[in-house]
Amino acid sequence: MRQRPLSPHLDVYRFAYTMATSILHRITGVVLSAGLLVLVWWLLAAAGDAEGYAGVAAALGSGPMQVLLAGWVIAFVYHLCNGIRHLIWDLGYGLEKAEARRSARWVVIATVLISLALLYAGFVLRGAP
Amino acid sequence: MSLRSPLGKVIGRGSAKQGVSHWWGQRLSAVALAFLGLWFVLQVTGLNAYDYDSVRAWIGSGVTPVLLVQLIAALAWHSALGVQVVLEDYVHAKAIKLAALVASIFFHVFVAVAGSYAVLRIAFTTT
Repeated sequence: MRQRPLSPHLDVYRFAYTMATSILHRITGVVLSAGLLVLVWWLLAAAGDAEGYAGVAAALGSGPMQVLLAGWVIAFVYHLCNGIRHLIWDLGYGLEKAEARRSARWVVIATVLISLALLYAGFVLRGAP
Repeated sequence: MSLRSPLGKVIGRGSAKQGVSHWWGQRLSAVALAFLGLWFVLQVTGLNAYDYDSVRAWIGSGVTPVLLVQLIAALAWHSALGVQVVLEDYVHAKAIKLAALVASIFFHVFVAVAGSYAVLRIAFTTT
């Protein structure tokens, strides 16, 4: 049988940044799902003994893990902001093209501001975990 | 044109309202997580210290363990529904898709059970 193109025909569309906000929602969602493993690892360590927890805390406090944790905070904030945008769409509002572009910009602005505030509170003010 | 099957018409029970359960579950858990997730991130980034005693004292205090178990349940549910859609959309080989879907469900049940167990164990052993 002839190989026919399958939808979605991504390569026939001119790029619009609402596409980026859409795929980022999925990417941050999958990233956050992977983060569940770290959340459970941390909680199980806290439920165990003090020495075991100290090891996990040291691992979480290491440079690369700190970068990952910061990434998860940003992914969470983005997914939350864009998720609220999706819920508003589900209620039937903001579906016009111009409105969707405007709300995409607000999601990016809110993500940057809220992420910076949380990272400042979590990493700078209180020190690493 | 009716989309109902002849058998469905004869039995006449109407819709079981199950057709939108995935969609509805995704939205319901999203609304829950908008509150619980934000609460969690604010609490964790606001902790004064992340040592053993401080973290356990926080997890075991007041209504925190109750909200944490709800958070873990909503996270596992929301994540399971979301990962399912991603796998169904992007994994096309039948056997790999099935294996991935089963693995995802097992992973999310583990997250829900292990996370809740850890929180409750801390809550019941701290005073």
